[in-house]
Amino acid sequence: MSLMSLTAVELGKKIQAKEVTAVEAAREAFLQIERMDSKLHCMITVDKEGALERAEKVQEGIEKGFFKGPLAGVPVVLKDNLCTKGMQTTCASKILYHFKPTYTAEAVKNLEQAGAVILGKANMDEFAMGSTTETSFFGVTKNPWNLEHVPGGSSGGSCAAVAAEECSYALGSDTGGSIRQPSAYCGVTGIKPTYGTVSRYGLIAYASSLDQIGPVAKDVGDCAAVLEAIASYDPKDSTSVKRKDYDFTTALVEDVKGLRIGIPKDYFGVGLDAEVRESILQAAKVLEGQGAVLEEFDLSLVEYAIPAYYIIASAEASSNLARFDGVKYGYRTKEYEGLHQMYKKSRSEGFGAEVKRRIMLGSFVLSSGYYDAYYLKALKTKALIKQAFDRAFERYDVILAPVAPTTAPKLKESLCDPIQMYLSDIYTIAANLAGLPGISLPCGIDSKGLPIGMQLLGDCFQEKKLIRAAYTFERTRTYERCKALKGVL
Amino acid sequence: MSRQYETVIGLEVHVELATKTKIFCACSTEFGGAPNTHTCPVCTGMPGALPVLNRQVVEYAIAVGLATNCTINQCCKFDRKNYFYPDNPQNYQISQLYEPICRDGYVEIDTPSGTKKIGIHEIHMEEDAGKLMHDEWEDCSLVDFNRSGVPLIEIVSEPDMRDAKEVIAYLDKLRLIIQYLGASDCKLQEGSMRADVNLSVRETGSTRLGTRTEMKNLNSFKAITRAIEGERERQIELLEMGKAVVQETRRWDDNKESSYAMRSKEDAQDYRYFPEPDLVPVWISDEWLAQIRARQPELRTQKLIRYKKEFDIPDYDAQIITSAKKMADLFEATTAICKKPKKVSNWLMVETMRLMKEHEMEAEELTFSPKHLAELIELTDKGAINSSVAKEVFEKIFLEDIDPLQYVEEHGLKTVHDESVLRTVVEKVIEENPQSVADYRGGKEKAMGFLVGQTMKAMKGKANPAAVNQMLKELLMVGI
Repeated sequence: MSLMSLTAVELGKKIQAKEVTAVEAAREAFLQIERMDSKLHCMITVDKEGALERAEKVQEGIEKGFFKGPLAGVPVVLKDNLCTKGMQTTCASKILYHFKPTYTAEAVKNLEQAGAVILGKANMDEFAMGSTTETSFFGVTKNPWNLEHVPGGSSGGSCAAVAAEECSYALGSDTGGSIRQPSAYCGVTGIKPTYGTVSRYGLIAYASSLDQIGPVAKDVGDCAAVLEAIASYDPKDSTSVKRKDYDFTTALVEDVKGLRIGIPKDYFGVGLDAEVRESILQAAKVLEGQGAVLEEFDLSLVEYAIPAYYIIASAEASSNLARFDGVKYGYRTKEYEGLHQMYKKSRSEGFGAEVKRRIMLGSFVLSSGYYDAYYLKALKTKALIKQAFDRAFERYDVILAPVAPTTAPKLKESLCDPIQMYLSDIYTIAANLAGLPGISLPCGIDSKGLPIGMQLLGDCFQEKKLIRAAYTFERTRTYERCKALKGVL
Repeated sequence: MSRQYETVIGLEVHVELATKTKIFCACSTEFGGAPNTHTCPVCTGMPGALPVLNRQVVEYAIAVGLATNCTINQCCKFDRKNYFYPDNPQNYQISQLYEPICRDGYVEIDTPSGTKKIGIHEIHMEEDAGKLMHDEWEDCSLVDFNRSGVPLIEIVSEPDMRDAKEVIAYLDKLRLIIQYLGASDCKLQEGSMRADVNLSVRETGSTRLGTRTEMKNLNSFKAITRAIEGERERQIELLEMGKAVVQETRRWDDNKESSYAMRSKEDAQDYRYFPEPDLVPVWISDEWLAQIRARQPELRTQKLIRYKKEFDIPDYDAQIITSAKKMADLFEATTAICKKPKKVSNWLMVETMRLMKEHEMEAEELTFSPKHLAELIELTDKGAINSSVAKEVFEKIFLEDIDPLQYVEEHGLKTVHDESVLRTVVEKVIEENPQSVADYRGGKEKAMGFLVGQTMKAMKGKANPAAVNQMLKELLMVGI
């Protein structure tokens, strides 16, 4: 078995115990990338030279006792919307082709302080807009469980890379489900933390009020350890929250006795695939068997979450993406006459279709005369959704729900019907609108052989409850490696 | 002209705040660095960079709001104003539309018909843009982001002004208040204070507002006055010809003394304002507000009252001295040392003003120290130097802030009080000017002036003219 089949924490322990070195771990990761990535295309940038150099330094640091944490020397892959100083950061867009940031994102800096070795940057939907990783300018990523299927998105590259063992763990970002949904599709675990827990400084914004960076890994333990490393109060991010409970690994306790789990009926109705429903309800029973208390309840308003989300996210995106204009960095059209044409051509050629669709949608809903009818109404809906969750969390510790209506769809199936694709975000986006933490973890395999994920949602700042419940459930089953690794594909 | 017209004017005044760092990052606001040296990922609009509000900006905005009788919005918010231009690195400006920090204030101005209130609609905080430079040689444009993110407040008045004099009085009042608060130096020429004029005309007696135009690029009080008069005439001419005024933005060209249309309302951009998601609302607690209120410096109106009471100087003096914060500061500091308010006031009002005019300086540019002026006053009072020497020394203080004691000593300017020395010189002058002596004795009083002058000249100015006069009279009498 490869070092890459270990969890991040297991590998970290071996490195601390001097059984293997950080350099050996990095070399194995690159071996695996070479073996797998031509088929899967999880990566946009692979920085072998830089990573090996860094691994040597980290190893020195470990030997001197400078790096003592569980992630020291453990190889990681970053979603390509996280700024890395001097290393190309593209957001999977032509418009940021060859863009090298002048600074490193705060969350990545935190990882570096924990001794992480960055292998490179993972593929994603362009500017994180999409649910399949098919809108990337650099081409699609394939699902390591079945190459004809999508890995989900937008953090599809990160999740597929973890599943295919090209890295020990990865960072993703979640604006409407972009960590949780591809984690479910790829059979790995991912956490979307409470808004404000991980600094957004250096995360190239899609929708500022919804974006959060989070971990993707093989299990709950890794996710807790990574979250512990990346979460911090950052004065550079005005929306960052000062918390007292960054010790997320202390919640890795096998105990759900008396834990009140709410099951929103609205999430299990029409549109949910029968196998997925069955698998999640089965998981609920398992938790009940461990002492949790289940109760069904109505979480209405959810049907309004999708329109509210697409209005708010597109509005913010239309403004956030205005800076990509060919003036300062990134792509500029070759021939133009005058400023106006330079803007127009650079942006027309630089952005892909889905990004343009959302910029136009966002510009429209913010236009004078439409602002009140769309944007303001969406903000009010957002507030109502938050209230609905507040009421639910008065009664429940966690909410158990599906992550997506189905398992991973086939390539090209989703993009031809954007509305259908937007609707598939139904179970994940409410958490972003309400700022809640959510965890997605595997709970079964469907008849097509694709992994099924389940989702646990918690009240704001209640990651520990999620981690405890997810950990307890995870201990009842064994981690299933993707088929690509078993040589089946 | 048969009909009578009334001009209605409202102002949008941008003021650059005197913070050390920018509004949303820690970069310096200092003027004049090499291009793009006072920049960081935030003020150059790098992907992923986030703004963090400078607390001092809020405090200055509140201070100005309190001094202009505004209601402070204790939960104000920022919004994004979206528009594309290369000097604007994010292609949106962070400003305030929906919840500005101050609302509903006023300032009072003096008009020929008495005191008048000019309403302030709102004051909001925002960031400045960078600067574009066009390279003729390379045929390209370059952008310098050093000014990008410099904090501004925009003070929006109600349409309460009726002529250029009121506009200037209003601007003068605002400038003085803001200078007194230390929130900005408010220099029109350098752009730290900029005023856009919204103007419309209507028939006298009408209560409906006419269609207004907005005038930009007004860099001096003179330009503002000329632009207002020009625009009033232009609009009246249109109406007289039966044409309509078009709502548009116009640019004033002070060299040509005329304006031209920049863009009409139809071309007006839709800025697609929405709440800035990267910043949280600014909560201004009662405590914070009270602290700022307690720190408010004394403004001009209060100073005027105190000066009369505490220093017993004439109203005229107080008016002039308080017309610039720097002048008032100099007055108070000098008086604190020498305890002679009227003398200090005289030096400031006469010699200081004269030299400022001669050197085309603003009060803010004065650099001499109160200590040196106080010492000069002491020297004069003790009779150590006479008034003409004092003026000469003051010019040195004004220009180079020299130490008067040392200067007088080094240049031997002290008045000679030794009577025997003076007597010798006077005797010599009498001896050498028999004609004048004869004239004086013949009843020509003018001759005395000449003799005093000759004596002063012989003494190289270091004599006390009164003593010279006395001595001359004495000796000429003896001669009879």
